[in-house]
Amino acid sequence: MIEFLVRRAVISGVTLLVISVVVFVGVRMIPGDPARVLAGTDADAAGLEEIREKYGLNAPLPLQYARWLALAVRGDLGESIRTRQPVRQTVAAKLPITIELACLSLLVATTIAIPAGVVAAVRRNTVWDLLASGVSLCGVSVPNFWLGIMLILLVSVRLGWLPASGFVPLGDDPLGNIKRMVMPALVLGAGLAAVLMRQTRNAMIEVLSADYVRTARAKGLAQPAVVVRHALRNGLIPVVTILGLQMGALMSGAVVTEQIFVIPGFGRLIVEAVFTRDYPVVQGVVLITASAYVLINLLVDVSYTVLNPRIRIRGTADGA
Amino acid sequence: MAREAVWQVARRRPAAAAGALVVAFYVAVALGAPWVARHDPTRTDWSQIRKAPSLAHPFGTDDLGRDGFARVVWGARISMQAGVFSILLAIAIGVPVGLAAGFYRGGFDQVIMRLTDAWLAFPFLILAIGLVTILGPSLTNATIAIGLGATPTYIRLTRGLVLATGAEDYVQSARALGAGDLRLMGRHILPNIVSAIVVQATVAIPTAIIAEAVLSFLGLGVQPPAPSWGTMLNTAQQFLEQAPWMAYWPGLAIFVLALSFNLAGDGLRDILDPRDS
Repeated sequence: MIEFLVRRAVISGVTLLVISVVVFVGVRMIPGDPARVLAGTDADAAGLEEIREKYGLNAPLPLQYARWLALAVRGDLGESIRTRQPVRQTVAAKLPITIELACLSLLVATTIAIPAGVVAAVRRNTVWDLLASGVSLCGVSVPNFWLGIMLILLVSVRLGWLPASGFVPLGDDPLGNIKRMVMPALVLGAGLAAVLMRQTRNAMIEVLSADYVRTARAKGLAQPAVVVRHALRNGLIPVVTILGLQMGALMSGAVVTEQIFVIPGFGRLIVEAVFTRDYPVVQGVVLITASAYVLINLLVDVSYTVLNPRIRIRGTADGA
Repeated sequence: MAREAVWQVARRRPAAAAGALVVAFYVAVALGAPWVARHDPTRTDWSQIRKAPSLAHPFGTDDLGRDGFARVVWGARISMQAGVFSILLAIAIGVPVGLAAGFYRGGFDQVIMRLTDAWLAFPFLILAIGLVTILGPSLTNATIAIGLGATPTYIRLTRGLVLATGAEDYVQSARALGAGDLRLMGRHILPNIVSAIVVQATVAIPTAIIAEAVLSFLGLGVQPPAPSWGTMLNTAQQFLEQAPWMAYWPGLAIFVLALSFNLAGDGLRDILDPRDS
């Protein structure tokens, strides 16, 4: 198992390194002179040269990359061109909002998807199964920003039940915060729920036909006990992996959801940064999301390995 | 694929057949847009601003008095174009690279795999946003960005299929008979993995269509006044109280198209890849 974990960690490290190169090169491919962007429009040639010297833009690219990486590893991602604030500070202010949104969406998704997936698998090929699969297919096909707009139209404009947009910090006004987060969490959770439901159903169908489930049934255990205690526990293992892989989709969804509901989070930050050509912020956000994705999936894999005795003992069940 | 097989699937899976029909309908509408829509999708009419649906304008008019129906119809062109071309781009890059990686294995394969790992770590939309920042917002660039975002999936899929197929007896015997690398890949491996790639495309196209709509919605794709469903929804959001119909049709158009593609894709999987069903 140790060997597997080490290999997995090394691969993640290499992936992170490649990501950093891609981000670095990507930002340098943006047309225009970075010194010009930093200096503003009214700088003269001498001013530009001074800035190039100050930020090391005259150094060879590999050296520039090494310097940039050394700073990035220590959490220094430069400063925003627009606000002159450190990127780290800007991100730190926005991130909790998006994490709250993501957690609420995960809650919505798992509350809908896992029971629905279990019911669909247990009552396979019945109306319930068909219904669950149909709803799931719709969930995958509906563009979540349209779902958001329709929800606003129905719940806020027509019924006036919830505010359509805006954000109140959780600490200031918990009730107001939740009121404004319900619809975004539903919208972001819907797509995830659709994917999770399919996975739960497939995993449960497989597990329910396993020998140990038959043994549990033969022992005379009641159906709920068999399903929950024996089948669900094992069936959820692949679902957790899928959850890790879905973090990217969740992040993409957050960008759109925050845009519709005007939530000042991480996703809105990147869109604003693109429009104001605030490259250090774009670079920082992209680097952070990609790194987070790699680390979360490493964590999922590690916990998967530690939790699943078959992998723990054999060491390479998944092969990576 | 035999005609009987298609009929069999159509009878056994009416939902898949209906999906395929709807997709065909969208293709027809996209191709025949100039004849289907009576109005010019970009012509503004100041006397017809934000009019509710009527006989003259079945989908209503927008904030500039443009005909909603014409814009939805022409939007089908943009959506289909972005969806199909981006996935074609992903296939054009991903399949040869995956083929080579799976065929030659070794160091080359390792490098390609680490690159795809890194590529896949960028959330799809974040990657697309990054690429559009570099390339500048337009339909072509959004299509390229979506295509590049979908490429690693094809590299991985193709590589996996090649690894499985390359070990088959018929490939080994062809090799023993002295077939060159290109001939092995082109004549013996590729034809056997093509169906899986096509099935993946039917799943990827609706995702790409939604991605184009999202990018345009964010202002990073098709630029006004061109009629894209995403840009239409962006405008519609500003007039939800006064003109809700502006938000109904473009979104419904995306939803029905994506749903039909997914339904049809399930059926196609049954025909082309019977091992899976």
